[in-house]
Amino acid sequence: MTDLLHLPLHALHVAAGAKMVPFAGYEMPVQYPAGVMAEHLHTRKAAGLFDVSHMGQVVLRPKGTMQDLGLGLERLMPVDVLSLAQGRQRYGIFTSETGGILDDLMFANRGGDYFLVVNAARKAHDFAHLAEHLADVAEIEVQQDRALLALQGPQAEEAFARLVPGARGMRFMDVAGFDTVFGPLWVSRSGYTGEDGFEISVPAAGAEGLARALLDMEEVLPIGLGARDSLRLEAGLCLYGHDIDETTSPVEAGLTWAIQKPRRAGGARAGGFPGESRILKELDEGPDRQRVGLRPEGRAPMREGVELFSEDGTPLGAITSGGFGPSVQAPVAMGYVPTAFAAPGTRIEAELRGKRLAAVVAATPFHPTHYKR
Amino acid sequence: MKFTKEHEWLRLDGDLVTVGITEHAAEALGDVVFVELPETETQVAAGDEVSVIESVKAASDILAPVEGEIVEVNTALADNPGLVNEDPLGAAWFFRIRIADSSVLDAFMSEDEYKEMIG
Repeated sequence: MTDLLHLPLHALHVAAGAKMVPFAGYEMPVQYPAGVMAEHLHTRKAAGLFDVSHMGQVVLRPKGTMQDLGLGLERLMPVDVLSLAQGRQRYGIFTSETGGILDDLMFANRGGDYFLVVNAARKAHDFAHLAEHLADVAEIEVQQDRALLALQGPQAEEAFARLVPGARGMRFMDVAGFDTVFGPLWVSRSGYTGEDGFEISVPAAGAEGLARALLDMEEVLPIGLGARDSLRLEAGLCLYGHDIDETTSPVEAGLTWAIQKPRRAGGARAGGFPGESRILKELDEGPDRQRVGLRPEGRAPMREGVELFSEDGTPLGAITSGGFGPSVQAPVAMGYVPTAFAAPGTRIEAELRGKRLAAVVAATPFHPTHYKR
Repeated sequence: MKFTKEHEWLRLDGDLVTVGITEHAAEALGDVVFVELPETETQVAAGDEVSVIESVKAASDILAPVEGEIVEVNTALADNPGLVNEDPLGAAWFFRIRIADSSVLDAFMSEDEYKEMIG
C-alpha cells in the first residue's frame, strides 16, 4: 500500500470526527458525523465548508506579455482566454489531439498572471502538460504551500464577509486578493455545488486558522466529499474521470458554452487547439452522442456504470454519475446516449440488478442554481 | 435476539424469524434512501441475496440468514427507507422467514458476541 498524503487540515478533520478515505492519493474527509444527507441539505440552506486542498493550484507568470501567455493557453484549450478581463475567472478545458478532455479547470486573469485550479487526480499530468507546451511564454509556479477551501451556500457571503468584508462586493466568477491575518487570500466567487459561495486559496500556515474561524460561525458546518459529490450532481456539473475523460469530447459532454465564438469556425481565433477537427465538426454537425440528465422513475438510485437501453432493448450507453439527490428527494443521474435519445422527456430504460427500469431524460441542473450574477 | 456476521439481527417468534440490520450496520451505511424487498411466498436458501439496501453512498445486499419461506415483508421501508436509520432494531425490520427447525438459530451470535465482533 502506498502512503497517503496528508493535507494541512488533516488534524482538524480528524478532530471534527470525519471519516477519512483515500482520494487521489490523499486522505480526505468523505463525511462528518452529521452524515452526507444532512451535510448536503445544510449547504443548500446555510453554508458548508469544504477542504479541496488536494486540487492543483498553479500560477502562470508571463515571460513576455499577458497576451502572449493568453494565446499560449489558447493553444491548449478551445476557450477564449484573451477576452477574459482582469479580476475574472472562466471555466476551461484541456483537450487532447483526438478531441477528448484531458482535464477541466478554472483559470483567472489576475492582471499580472493567470491562476489555474485543476483536478487533484490530474494535477501531475496537467503540470507536465503546461511545462511541455507553455515553457516559452510562462514561468510555471506550482503552489505546493497553499490550501484551498470552498465556502458554499446562501449564507456563505454573510459568513465570509465577517472575516473579509471586501468579499461582499464580488459577483459570480470574480477573483480578488485580500491581505488577512491568515495570510494573503486568493478568492474567487465560485464553487461546484450550484450555490453561491467562495473558493479561497490560503497559505498552508493560515489554513487551520481560517477554517476554525469559519467553523466557529453558527451557520457553517464542515462538509465532506460525499456531499460535495451529491451537490455537484444535482447542479448538473461534470466530474472528471466519470462524466468527462479522454474519450468524451467537450461537445458530447454538453460543454459547448465553454467554447466561445472567437474559437469556433468563422471566429477571430478559430481552431488552433488540440482536437480541433473533431470538435469543430461536432459543433457544426452535432455529436453522435450526448451527456444527458436522467431521472429514474422509481426510488432506486442508478449509479455509475449502469447500462442504458431504449425501450425496444437497443443498448444506448451508460450512466457516468448517479445517486440519490437529497434536495431533489429522488434519484438523479447523468450519462451518455445517442443524440436521437437526448431530448428531455425521452423515455429510456436502465438495467439494475438484472431488471430493466424506466428513466426519463431530463434537463440539468436537477436543482436550481443560485449564483450571485 | 441473534446476530449474523453480516450485521443482521434475527428474532424468533414461533416458527417465524424476523430479520433486520443492526444499528452498527445502519450507521456504517449512512442515510438509507432505498430498500428493495423480496417477494413474499418465495423459498430462500441461507446466503441468498434477497434484498437490497441503498444509502447515499452505496448499495448493499441483505442476505437470507436461514433457509425458509419469506412470508411477510415490511412495505413501510419502501415508502420510508429512512426508518432504517431511525429505528433499525424495531420499525425497520425487513422480512419474516418461516423456518422448519428453530435450532438453526443456535449457530448465530448472541448480542454480547456480536458486540465483541464489532469492537
